[in-house]
Amino acid sequence: MNSKGTHAIYLAIILGLAVLGLVADRFVLYMGMRVMLLAIFAMGYNLLLGRTGLLSFGHGALYATGAYGMALVNLHLTPDPLLGILAGVALATACSLIVGFFCVRHTEIYFAMLTLAFGMMIFSLIWNLRELTGGDDGLVGISRGSVLGLPIAKDGQFYFLVLFFFALTLWLIHRLRGSAFGLILAGIRENNQRTSFAGIPVKSYRLAAFVISGVFAGLAGSLGAMLESNTDPFSAHWSHSAEPILVSLIGGLQTFSGPLVGSVIFVVLREIIQRFTQNWMLWFGVILLAIIMGMRGGVMGGLEKRLKRGPAPAGKGEGS
Amino acid sequence: MLQSIVHVCLAGLSQGMFIWLVASGLTLIFGVLGVLNFAHGAFYMLGAYFCYTVLASLGDNFWLGLIFGPLFVCAVGYFVERYFLRYVYHLDLPYQLLLTFAFVLIFDDLVKIVWGAGSIGSPTVPGLGGSVSILGRMFPTYSLFIIAVGPLVALGLWAALERTWAGRVIRAASSDREMAAALGAKVPLIFTGVFVFGTWLGALGGGLAVPYVGLLTPGMGEAVIIEAFVVAVIGGLGSLKGAFLGALIIGLLSSFGTRFLPTFDMFLTFILMALVLLWRPQGFFGEASR
Repeated sequence: MNSKGTHAIYLAIILGLAVLGLVADRFVLYMGMRVMLLAIFAMGYNLLLGRTGLLSFGHGALYATGAYGMALVNLHLTPDPLLGILAGVALATACSLIVGFFCVRHTEIYFAMLTLAFGMMIFSLIWNLRELTGGDDGLVGISRGSVLGLPIAKDGQFYFLVLFFFALTLWLIHRLRGSAFGLILAGIRENNQRTSFAGIPVKSYRLAAFVISGVFAGLAGSLGAMLESNTDPFSAHWSHSAEPILVSLIGGLQTFSGPLVGSVIFVVLREIIQRFTQNWMLWFGVILLAIIMGMRGGVMGGLEKRLKRGPAPAGKGEGS
Repeated sequence: MLQSIVHVCLAGLSQGMFIWLVASGLTLIFGVLGVLNFAHGAFYMLGAYFCYTVLASLGDNFWLGLIFGPLFVCAVGYFVERYFLRYVYHLDLPYQLLLTFAFVLIFDDLVKIVWGAGSIGSPTVPGLGGSVSILGRMFPTYSLFIIAVGPLVALGLWAALERTWAGRVIRAASSDREMAAALGAKVPLIFTGVFVFGTWLGALGGGLAVPYVGLLTPGMGEAVIIEAFVVAVIGGLGSLKGAFLGALIIGLLSSFGTRFLPTFDMFLTFILMALVLLWRPQGFFGEASR
């Protein structure tokens, strides 16, 4: 598909979401916001996982720093939502710089374990520093206030703030992927050594990818805190990092639209399965198994392949 | 003061030996198969539940539960390796981790369906249920039993790997898959065997946990798997000697931390993990060639 066509599709998606914001009821609005927040989180995360090939278990913690940074400013300093979001993103950026600085020294399993250790350090701080973070209760009573004089207290109004940041993320990630920077990240994934032989400071690029993904995690976190009007300490737990991983995997790791499509499928599927059974984790595990065993390109990866080659030749596996 | 220190040490030792029981299987599987198994915590949990069911249906005999419970989990482990894990050895790390993570999700919910979502209280072990007086303060007998079982398992593993023919073949397959296969070793069979054995170790840890933790809950594997990860990393991924030492360190650290620095207890564990990874990523006893 050419880039003009792609642009048109994304513009249509954003316009469609805007129309949805005007007509939909509260439940659909809430679902839409959940999808967009997860997509912001996952699109940033996939820059690290799908593009650079690094698996992090620390991004749940970065998401939480965004949420707690936002909440603390909101509760103690100013109810201005933009300043709150700015504070959340700034805190997440600072944390990802520190954590990333140490973690990018390693790759593969050692990187994953280091991010796990740092993420759990942040989790333990959030859990134990009760006076500051509220401990296991989290911080409650976050107000939304108004942006540039426009009130965003109602879900129908807040929706458009989320939509704005979602569109911004979509545009930024799209630009990043296509830039020289994004291509170098893919080069690092494909061949670490060759890329460094080409004179590229691989560690700095890894750090940059880590921090950028951390920024989007923080953005999603601070918006999430506003949506729920509280913070959840368990969002810092390593297992919360599995969410963007699952989402990227469902949609397709190597694709731009993967995390987006994955977020929609994840949120909608969870909603549907929860209607019928308490045990949605079981079904999610089964779906995850099926994806890993059978269609590792994810939904969009499979679709792209099909579009490029025409109908898939019979008897040929998915490959890896 | 002395009494207090001795008791904190003993509590740390029993905690450490308990983590070691779980981490040993994790380490063995990583060392031979190269897969970091998230599902190990789920096997631990299944071990506890199966042990409970067997002992409850055989007239509350804890030892029968401990012998037969883990065998059921071995069957589950066989199924996981033979029909799923085997097909992802050649894939990237995220796929392997996520495959085992998928089983965590599945087993956690299956346990809720089969045994109910609530906690189950567990019986005490006849003969080990009481406490003994150490320096004038009571200490649970069962914890002393765990302190004794840990080194026994370590010794057994060491003997099995270093002193038997099967152990030699396993070590050969783990250091060079292709060469071992060329020399006639049935590598896929060895991998399945090691995975099932590692599963058994995890399930045994779960079985022994039944009287130790007192309550069985569907999420009980998740806390343990992270501690086991920390231990495996600190000792050097794949090194059993390292895991044993790492378990002792983490057990003592968390015991002293809980006693003297309760706010930063968890923090200390993970900062130690990060420091070891940064300063010596291969761990205390891991191979340096990474």
